[in-house]
Amino acid sequence: MPTVIVEVMPKEVLLDPAGKATARALQRFGDGEITDVRIGKRFEITVNTDVTPELLDHIGELARDVLSNQVIEDVTSIRVAE
Amino acid sequence: MRVGVITFPGSLDDRDALRAVRLAGAEPVALWHDSHDLQDVDALIIPGGFSYGDYLRCGAIAAHSPIMSEVIDAANKGLPVLGICNGFQVLVEAHLLEGGLIRNDHGTFIRRDQKLRVENTGTAWTNQYELGQEITIPLKNGEGGFIADEETLKRLEGDGLVAFRYLDVNPNGSLNDIAGLRNARGNVVGLMPHPEHAVEAGFGPDAERMQSGTDGLAMFVSVLTDTVLSK
Repeated sequence: MPTVIVEVMPKEVLLDPAGKATARALQRFGDGEITDVRIGKRFEITVNTDVTPELLDHIGELARDVLSNQVIEDVTSIRVAE
Repeated sequence: MRVGVITFPGSLDDRDALRAVRLAGAEPVALWHDSHDLQDVDALIIPGGFSYGDYLRCGAIAAHSPIMSEVIDAANKGLPVLGICNGFQVLVEAHLLEGGLIRNDHGTFIRRDQKLRVENTGTAWTNQYELGQEITIPLKNGEGGFIADEETLKRLEGDGLVAFRYLDVNPNGSLNDIAGLRNARGNVVGLMPHPEHAVEAGFGPDAERMQSGTDGLAMFVSVLTDTVLSK
């Protein structure tokens, strides 16, 4: 069955405290090459139909209205898994 | 007067909110997230906790639960609605209040007796306070950082929609020290700190005597004496 992958990221202009804390942890390893980390979400949505443009539109609406909060996040990618 | 409190899976402070309603002199009515029946309440409270485990985003799944379609309808018709902590997050996710709430800027959960300034008394839930009154009620959250884009923030301030502001300490990085908001009509109010934990001497934050603080009670009394709105 096909799987649609939706990715959501915190808006770039906003503080991402979880990403910042993770960046500080990663910076303890290595030679200072890591400057920033941002943490987002990846949803793998399995469907029992063919992936049509209508289905992708529908998932796009759900991604905008439910999977993300447009005040704090952006939907950065919607694609069909290989 | 009947005041409903909605319980979601993962709600923690629903019983305390029901108790606060009773101590304020109203009849508490327990409501369930999976119902479409508001049981004809005159006002309602969305309590604190971690609804649906705060999966997806804090308050996001609760904002799409069955009872919320009735809550949104009723709120848009003027029913007084108070969102406390997770309830505030639910109201924001339901677009009944503006902005968003993200993880505290210092990255840790915080619990403290928090001083606030009442910034607006023209609401169903704040009319028993004096404008500018300083109150102390408990705060406990991990994701209480209030954010909004610059334009929204300017509008919230310009339209006088900030209900409460943190005093002395900004505990979570909230922009403009915003602790709580109201909607334009004044029937919907949301805040991160917990008024229901400061309603009975002996069980509240420290005040003149240990745990004697009852600064939260006026919020629940306000809705009984609400002259701002008519149902």
